[in-house]
Amino acid sequence: MDTTFSPEDVKFQQEVRSFIHTNYPNTLRESIANKRKKGEELTKDDLTTWHKILGKHNGWSAPGWPKKYGGAEFTPTQKYIFEQECARSECQIVMPFGVNMCGPVVYTFGNEEQKAQHLPGIISGEQFWCQGYSEPGSGSDLASLKTTAVREGDYYIVNGQKTWTTLAQHADWIFCLVRTNPDAAKPQEGISFLLIDMKTPGISVRPIYLMDGTNEVNETWFDNVKVPVENLIGEENKGWTYAKFLLAHERAGIAGVARSKKAIERIKQIAATEMSYGEPLIQDPAFIRKIADAELELTALEYTELRTLAKDAAGKGPGAESSILKIKGTDLQQRITELCMEAVGYYANPHTGTTLSNEYVGPDYATNLSGTYFNFRKASIYGGSNEIQRNIIAKMVLGL
Amino acid sequence: MDFDFTEEQTLLENMVTSFVRDSYPWEVREAIVKTEEGWKPENWSQFAELGLLGVPFAEEFGGLGGSVVDTMIVMEQFGKGLVVEPYMPSVILSGGLITSLGSKEQIDSIVPTIISGEKRYAFAHSEPQSRFDLFDIKLSASLSGDEYILNGFKSVVFGGPMATHLIISARTSGEQRDKEGITLFLVDKNAEGITTQDYPTIDEYRASEVVLENLKVSKDMVLGEVGKAYDAIDEVVDKATIAVCAEAVGALQVLKDSTIDYCKNRKQFGQPIGKNQSIQHRLVDMMIEYEQSKSILYMACTVDLSDATERRKAVSGAKARIGKAIKFVGENAIQLHGGMGMVDEYMVSHYFKRATMLGILFGNEDYHMKRYSEITQADVIKITDAKASSIAFN
Ligand SMILES: Cc1cc2nc3c(=O)[nH]c(=O)nc-3n(C[C@H](O)[C@H](O)[C@H](O)COP(=O)(O)OP(=O)(O)OC[C@H]3O[C@@H](n4cnc5c(N)ncnc54)[C@H](O)[C@@H]3O)c2cc1C
Repeated sequence: MDTTFSPEDVKFQQEVRSFIHTNYPNTLRESIANKRKKGEELTKDDLTTWHKILGKHNGWSAPGWPKKYGGAEFTPTQKYIFEQECARSECQIVMPFGVNMCGPVVYTFGNEEQKAQHLPGIISGEQFWCQGYSEPGSGSDLASLKTTAVREGDYYIVNGQKTWTTLAQHADWIFCLVRTNPDAAKPQEGISFLLIDMKTPGISVRPIYLMDGTNEVNETWFDNVKVPVENLIGEENKGWTYAKFLLAHERAGIAGVARSKKAIERIKQIAATEMSYGEPLIQDPAFIRKIADAELELTALEYTELRTLAKDAAGKGPGAESSILKIKGTDLQQRITELCMEAVGYYANPHTGTTLSNEYVGPDYATNLSGTYFNFRKASIYGGSNEIQRNIIAKMVLGL
Repeated sequence: MDFDFTEEQTLLENMVTSFVRDSYPWEVREAIVKTEEGWKPENWSQFAELGLLGVPFAEEFGGLGGSVVDTMIVMEQFGKGLVVEPYMPSVILSGGLITSLGSKEQIDSIVPTIISGEKRYAFAHSEPQSRFDLFDIKLSASLSGDEYILNGFKSVVFGGPMATHLIISARTSGEQRDKEGITLFLVDKNAEGITTQDYPTIDEYRASEVVLENLKVSKDMVLGEVGKAYDAIDEVVDKATIAVCAEAVGALQVLKDSTIDYCKNRKQFGQPIGKNQSIQHRLVDMMIEYEQSKSILYMACTVDLSDATERRKAVSGAKARIGKAIKFVGENAIQLHGGMGMVDEYMVSHYFKRATMLGILFGNEDYHMKRYSEITQADVIKITDAKASSIAFN
């Protein structure tokens, strides 16, 4: 057992740190900080600029991908270091839909044309992807999905509705689960995995506003959308296998340990400034205990993640244990947003901190903290809800 | 022993329930919060007509002479409808301060204008550094001839935008955190020297930041004795805290009921999600949290509020306990609604946001747990001291 970094890893850490220092644009940092403060949504540029910069640097936008597909092929330790450094410098995250979800499916199950068509754009950030899995009637029970794709000549004709499609308003492409065989013996057996160009006629995207007022998700409607058969991944009716492969990948990235570490630092800063009982809040034994509690949970989770990574490196892909990372990681993200909100007392109240005449109220750091707490309730719902993760562990790990 | 309401109280409850049902259906409420003013003045007139604005005031002014039980009844129903009109800040809180501290002339002249709906007050009290401590006041008032000159800043004044008048607390003597030396002033919100910044809150209510620059207030406008307002503030805020607890209990009931309903109807894996035992147990725990909240609210309404220690203990006990319930019931209501729980268009998220903000109002769970514990600690010390001395005597 050895958890110290090797000299090469230390060198790598320095390399990443100085790369970020030199290449992360100040204008981007300001643009994002400004919008966070106003509770405004990030633009497509905000979301992709850093991705594009990383994409030009040895495939760093895709840390886990094999080199032959243009990825960085980091070792698990390097991946860990890379994430730590990006979080430490508060770099905008690389959207997961292309890099963590669709890409691995394409290079694992796709054909050569599909790899050539899509992988470069995912790495470079030129292709913005969204995920078309969930439907109004099919959330946790994804296999019950109803969107149909009927083969007509060289095309599939797609009809139906996807929902909760994150950032579909920016997307160039969507990867979709569709029903190709309504008569299959089991619902899982009639599903296919299709890549669809968002510009295809018949697709419409309608915004859904979340409780903090943001338009992060959408309804995506398909009305006789003609999709070339070349866009089918793997075999028809085998989509469920690919979808499950993808979900395991999605969960692995979802713990967000490095980001949470940074966020705990932020709570400490706020608590050192806010006053409570006439002293800085950080002196309040009840509050510091909560921070300590979150920090300990996070430390344990970090080691749980490292143990999973080590296993991953030994050739066993992310298994059902990644559900632990999803549950605890999102618990912590939510807890941290709650403590931030709690720290600022009454200044949790102003909506994004702006008055009717667009002036700011309250301290800068308090802006939109309650909005973030409310928004992060999503984390235990998406990516397979935390109840479903427990069902998975109960069944797959505990054999219940 | 019974927990039944009197006949008058049942009538009051029915009246507020029908107001919420008839005048505050969800679509109407949504339209109200989206207006520029963020409330509906006609509703205020209706409150006046129904006699609601007079509930806590003495009958001689045309009030109902109601107790905290009566205001609890009103607020619980308002909580069920997420009524945004500033009843608590104006009627319960400001009205309470005026009746508790005002001179006979002040009460005689002001209370009828509150009951009639003509005037609305808001209490400009908390400051950024005070957090929940009611005595931590920096805003200064200094006497110059027959006038006080007020300078300073008040943060997050609930109901401020709708108010015609403010009650402003200021330090007339002592240090920032002294209980002595706090004085209340009655002012017209349009007076020169007051600037307000009005804003919507995350839960779609309205509040103001208030800046005072050389605001001149005549000596006659002092509410109560100079420098002696703290005890009354503590007491009136405690009573308003009971109202906040009642509003929260109303909101929790809706959160719990709508979640149970949703779990009965939403089907996944070929059956209602409520068929899963893991969900059933969660719903049962939500129901228990709600019942415990209602019980502790009733406890706080029925203790002897004239005894300051008993009152503080009961109120803090209720607010701390209900604070815990708000988190559990609120977060699980969203969780069990899945993606639907996150959506602005669907009502459950609005109840969650309101309940969460009520958890902060007048002190969060930690603050009230501490206040409660300190009284418990003092009690224990008293008992052990008494025992020690009786042992010594034997
Ligand atoms: C902000 C956000 C972004 C999202 N982004 C995307 C996206 O980009 N693409 C996409 O395809 N989807 C996306 N989703 C959808 C997400 O994956 C679903 O919301 C999730 O799968 C839950 O489905 P549901 O909302 O229909 O809830 P339901 O499945 O109806 O579940 C409701 C509740 O019941 C529980 N439950 C259900 N079945 C069981 C069971 N058997 N045992 C115990 N408990 C159970 C759930 O845990 C949940 O608490 C997003 C969701 C959100 C909130």
